[in-house]
Amino acid sequence: MEILLAIMTGILYASGTYMILRRSIVKLIIGIILLGNGVNLLIFLLGRITKGEPPIISPELKHFADIYADPIPQALILTSIVISFGLQAFAIILVKRTYKALHTDDLDMLNTLDEDS
Amino acid sequence: MKTLILRTASDILLPVLLLFSVFILFRGHYLPGGGFVGGLIAAIAFVLHAFAYGLKNTRKIIKIHPGFLMPLGLLISFGSAIAPLVAEGLPIMTGLWVPGHFPVIGKIGSALFFDTGVYFVVFGVSLTIIFTISENA
Amino acid sequence: MTENIITYPLVVHLFFSIVLMFFWQKIKVQKILTIVGNFIALGVAIAVFIHIWSNGTQVVNAGNWDAPFGIVFVGDMLSATLLLLTAVSGLAVSIFSIVSVINARLRFGFFSVYHFLLLGLNGAFLTGDIFNLYVWFEIIIISSFVLISIGGEKNQLEGAIKYFTLNFFGSLIFLTALGVIYGLTGSLNMADIANKIKLIDSQVLIDISAVLFLTAFSIKSAVFPLNFWLPASYHTPPSAVSAIFSGLLTKVGVYALIRMMTLIFPQDEFLMNLLIVLSVLTIISGSFGAIIQNNIRKVFSYLIICHIGFMIGGLGVFNVLAISGVLFYLIHDIIVKTNLFLIGGVIYRIKGTTNMKKIGDLYHSFPKLSLLIIIVLFSLVGVPPLSGFWPKISLFLSSYNNENYWYFGALILGSFITLVVVAKIWSEAFWKKQPEFSIRKKKFISFGQLYTLQKWQFITPIAILAIISLYIGFGADHIQTLSLKIAEDIIDPQNYIDAVLKP
Repeated sequence: MEILLAIMTGILYASGTYMILRRSIVKLIIGIILLGNGVNLLIFLLGRITKGEPPIISPELKHFADIYADPIPQALILTSIVISFGLQAFAIILVKRTYKALHTDDLDMLNTLDEDS
Repeated sequence: MKTLILRTASDILLPVLLLFSVFILFRGHYLPGGGFVGGLIAAIAFVLHAFAYGLKNTRKIIKIHPGFLMPLGLLISFGSAIAPLVAEGLPIMTGLWVPGHFPVIGKIGSALFFDTGVYFVVFGVSLTIIFTISENA
Repeated sequence: MTENIITYPLVVHLFFSIVLMFFWQKIKVQKILTIVGNFIALGVAIAVFIHIWSNGTQVVNAGNWDAPFGIVFVGDMLSATLLLLTAVSGLAVSIFSIVSVINARLRFGFFSVYHFLLLGLNGAFLTGDIFNLYVWFEIIIISSFVLISIGGEKNQLEGAIKYFTLNFFGSLIFLTALGVIYGLTGSLNMADIANKIKLIDSQVLIDISAVLFLTAFSIKSAVFPLNFWLPASYHTPPSAVSAIFSGLLTKVGVYALIRMMTLIFPQDEFLMNLLIVLSVLTIISGSFGAIIQNNIRKVFSYLIICHIGFMIGGLGVFNVLAISGVLFYLIHDIIVKTNLFLIGGVIYRIKGTTNMKKIGDLYHSFPKLSLLIIIVLFSLVGVPPLSGFWPKISLFLSSYNNENYWYFGALILGSFITLVVVAKIWSEAFWKKQPEFSIRKKKFISFGQLYTLQKWQFITPIAILAIISLYIGFGADHIQTLSLKIAEDIIDPQNYIDAVLKP
């Protein structure tokens, strides 16, 4: 399972970076989304995967007797999902506005010489 | 997408989903759920309505601008976050609890108000985003 | 109540941004509220500074959860100083923005987002939890995305896309680093991490996470190979926005680097050398970039990069003198860089352009204003006894004594080129005769056509910041005492750790 997730994370990072390096703005957003998912998987993986041991203490014990699934990585992932949700929504609107204003999808064309501004 | 089936379904689903979202909000303190999920479900109810009847009609039944819910929700959350600071001089976001047990809701504390604020913010933000994107499409 | 005082700046800014949202579209009310809010924030920041100065490091456990488990807010002298500087520049820029930013932009909730930005900055300076730091960074960049793209002009959108991509990428790398460090130590509290990281045998893993953090913060603060988004975007938004960006946003990255390097990864030979190399390259790329530009605001953007290099290098030298130099430079830089872009805004308002080839003769038309501006420019260069001079002595001395000759040389080069650039700006924009260019823009209200009150609103923030620079220059012993105290505080992280974890 860990090996599989590690490979998956690597693929997501690689494809995300590749997509960011493309010239199209839309692919840029796809790349950012892929990278974001890769990061979330990485945090999940590094929090150490424990199966079937929920972090709940039985009433008679005062602390954990055994290893348990760490809930913190899930909280971190949830936070980062919410944040990237907001950022991606913003990015999509930004790209749409840019496309409307400049009529191009090519990042290399975003070089209007603005010496006057 | 303005089919009869979808319209009829959304007529029934809108109140059910809204009730369900409130239920999710209240159960959130002890069980899976909470303000974020509840807000999303409430937003989905209206998105479904917008699919069935068009954006104009949805705006009509919401009455207020969804953007207005953002500051409202933030204010509720903010109030519950600084309540311990103002009331008892405890650090911000400390949980304050009303003594006693209430039917349906269980215990009432500042966390519930915080979640209610989150509910409104998420509801307002998602509707604003979706309306903005679909209006300019 | 006083034990919670360090969270008050957050409360004030959050409160005002929410209230400002209720007054959507009502610009006049918003203007008054934002000034009031920033004055209150300044008062609170001063109170926090005095409180921490007299009582030492303050710790607040948010939600009353104890330290390694809950989120902590830690106010030490470094945080307090930066809070104070944030409040000062925040106030100055808010005064400037009520006249300089056009109403179409203000209507989209400019001030509300502006308070969110300041909230994020204050939070980033105060937090003692590394994931919380990430969240504050996100609040900062989300607000800055809105501020940079508000208005939606063509070149602004271009700048916004570049700014967005690299900053978001930086955040993702930050998150990766965070995941690695959580996997290594199983903690998110910075003090706790600092304790636990000593127990890890594998230096390679520590170095990997350190380099990831370094990359993330380098993107935020525009260190050499990752700096190209900055000059591509900082000149596009309104001057008030670029002022707050240049003064504080890049410095948050520097602050985070200082925190990380002193607290979590102290005395790491590999990192020190890496920082020195990066700083030399940053200084060179920034200063050479500044020389060839003609647009005043672009020149200033490159100078930001150049001077970031000064600070990064001082962090690489890593002794009390060098760190105190870095902190002094940070204090000086926040005030001066904010002021530079405000000056750029005034020049734009006077001439309708900031291209040096198309303007001239400012000295004859506005002699008093020019004198004010020359104070700022000379502070930037570091003409003694103005503010840029004193930190450079510390940096020169410490790098020479430590035999970091490359950094020493780069410092000299950077300072010299800053001088050349400032001389160029002065001779082109202020002394040269106005060249024959007609600048026609629709609805452009030039400086001469403004009401007297509006003129004062343009000049006052610049004057306030210039006076503060003068104070930093002439009252250098105060600032030097302060920065030495902070440097001694942070170079030995044990105090910080003890304050947070309460052994």
